[in-house]
Amino acid sequence: MQYKSQAVAKPYFIAAIALFAAQVVFGLILGLQYVIGDFLFPELPFNQARMVHTNLLIVWLLFGFMGAAYYLVPEEAETELHSPKLALALFWIFLIAGALTVLGYVFLRYADLARLTGDALFPTMGREFLEQPTIIKIGIVVVALGFLYNIGMTILKGRKTVVNLVLLIGLVGLAGLFLFSFYNPDNLVLDKYYWWWVVHLWVEGVWELILGAILAFVLIKTTGVDREVIEKWLYVIISLALITGIIGTGHHYYWIGTPEYWQWWGSIFSALEPIPFFAMVIYAFNIVNRRRREHPNKAATLWALGTAVMAFLGAGVWGFLHTLAPVNFYTHGTQITAAHGHMAFYGAYAMIVLTMISYAMPKLRGMGEAASERAQLTEMWSFWLMTVSMVFITLFLTGAGVLQVWLQRYSEAPQAFMAVQEQIKIFYWMRETAGLVFFTGLVLYVISHFVGGPTGAKAKARA
Amino acid sequence: MAQLLTKSAARNIFYGGSVFFILVFLALTFDTTRALPGRDNRQNLTEQVAAGKLVWERNNCIGCHTLLGEGAYFAPELGNVYTRFGNSTEAIKIFIKSRPAEGVPGRRSMPQFNLTEEELENIAQFLKYSSEINAAKWPPNIQG
Repeated sequence: MQYKSQAVAKPYFIAAIALFAAQVVFGLILGLQYVIGDFLFPELPFNQARMVHTNLLIVWLLFGFMGAAYYLVPEEAETELHSPKLALALFWIFLIAGALTVLGYVFLRYADLARLTGDALFPTMGREFLEQPTIIKIGIVVVALGFLYNIGMTILKGRKTVVNLVLLIGLVGLAGLFLFSFYNPDNLVLDKYYWWWVVHLWVEGVWELILGAILAFVLIKTTGVDREVIEKWLYVIISLALITGIIGTGHHYYWIGTPEYWQWWGSIFSALEPIPFFAMVIYAFNIVNRRRREHPNKAATLWALGTAVMAFLGAGVWGFLHTLAPVNFYTHGTQITAAHGHMAFYGAYAMIVLTMISYAMPKLRGMGEAASERAQLTEMWSFWLMTVSMVFITLFLTGAGVLQVWLQRYSEAPQAFMAVQEQIKIFYWMRETAGLVFFTGLVLYVISHFVGGPTGAKAKARA
Repeated sequence: MAQLLTKSAARNIFYGGSVFFILVFLALTFDTTRALPGRDNRQNLTEQVAAGKLVWERNNCIGCHTLLGEGAYFAPELGNVYTRFGNSTEAIKIFIKSRPAEGVPGRRSMPQFNLTEEELENIAQFLKYSSEINAAKWPPNIQG
C-alpha cells in the first residue's frame, strides 16, 4: 500500500464479500422455490427473496466499486484520499441503510414496507431492481454524492491519469443515471422507457467504464506493461462499449409499446455489443503475455483474465444469442434472459470486483504483494469452482429456456406457462445442483482469506 | 495497433463517438416521444388505471411475473392476461381474490394479498389498459 488512506477500501471489500455470500444463499432459496413451489411459503414468497437476491447483487457490486475507487484513485493520483473519514462514515451509512432495506424485504410484506416508508408521498417502489423505498433511494444519492466529492477532490489535487478519469466518468454516469429511478410516470410505456436508462445504461454503458478502468489498473500493476499501451487499449474498449451500447438500449424497446423502428436500431447496434468484450479478451491476454515482471499474485492475474473471458461469454455471446428482434420475439422474458443475466453479471461485474479484491486485499492486510502460495491455491480453486459452476448454471437455464420457448411460444399448440414449467423441471434441479457447487466455491473463497503460510518471499524476487 | 492508432486518437474517438451516439439516442428518444400517443393507450389511462399501477407496484407483482416480458420469470406473463382471461376484469379479480393464504402443497402459488374491492378493480383496470398497449404483436400467442 503506497498511501495510508487506501486502507478505507478494506471494510468496503469485506462488506462486498459478506453481501455476495448472502446473495448466493438467497439464490439457492429461489432455485429451490423453482422446483419445490411452496418452499418457505407463505413466510418468504419468491418475490421477496428475489428482491433480496438482485438488490444484494447491486449493493455488493457498489461496495466493490467504491472500495476499488478508494484503493486505486489515491495510488493513481499519487496523493492521499481527500477525506478517509468521510469514506468511513459513508461506509457505515450505506451498510446500515442496505441492511435495513434487506431486513424490510425479508420480514415485512412489501405493501407494508411501502406504507411504512411513505411511498404514497413519492411513489418510486415496486419496479424491478428499483424496489428500494424512496427514502433509501435518496440515501443512495446522498452516499453517491459524498463518494464522488471525495474521489473527485482527490483526483483534482493529484496526478490525472486515464484510469482515474475513465473511472470517474463511469462513476458520475452511474450516479447521474440513477436519478431516473425517481421518475415513475403513470404511463407504463414511459415508465419502462426510462427505467432502462438506469438499468441498461448502467450495465451496458457506464459500468463498462468502471470495469475497464479497474481491469486496466490491475493489469498495469501486475504485468508492468507500459501504461501508455494499456491506456490506449482502455480508450478503444470503452469507445466500442459506448458506441454500441448506447443505441443498443434499443434491444429493450422492441415489445414495450415503442415504435417498431427500434427493432432495427436495437438489433444492429446490440449485435455489435460483443465487440468491446472480445477486444477485452484479446487485450487482457496480450498484456499478460507481454508482462515485464512476474507478479507473485497469480490469483489476481487469473481473476483478471477470467473476467475478460467470462464477460465476453456472458455479456457478449449470451447477449447476442437473443438480441436480434426476430429471435427476441420468441425468447423475450424467458429463462434465456435469466441465463444471460447470471453469466453476464458474474463474468463482467462480480469477477472484476473479485479481481480487484484479489489484487488489493493482501496489501491491505499487510502481507506484501501477495497472499501465501497456499492461500492463492485455495483462491484459485474457488475461482474454478465458481466460474465452471456458473457456466453450468447458464447452460442449464439455457436448456430450460429453449424448451420453454418451444413449448410455450413457438409450437403449433402453445401450452400454458405453468404446464411448461412442470415439463422443464429437470433443468431447474440441475441448475440448483450447480448452484450448490457455486456456493461451495464461494465458501472456499472466503476460507482462502484465512489460509496462512509464508508470504513475501517471492515478492522480493520480483524483476 | 501501436502504429495505426495513437492514444490521443483513441481518446478523441471515445469522446467524439460517445457524444455523437448520445445525440443520436436523444434524437430517437424525441421521435419516440412524439410517436407514443398513437401506441401507448394513453387515452385509456384513467385515474383508476393509475391507481392500479400503484397496486401493481406496492405488491411487487414484478417480483414473480413479467409485464410486457419484463420482470421475473417465476409466474405467467400478465401483459395479455386480460385477453387470456376472456377479456374479463371480473375473472382477474376472482383469481387474485381466491389465492389460498397457505399456498398449495408442493406447488407455486400466488400469495393472498388481501386487496380491497377498490384495489382489485384498480389492478384489473390497469392490466386491461396494459393489454391494449401496441406492443408490436408481442407476445407471440395467448399463452404469453
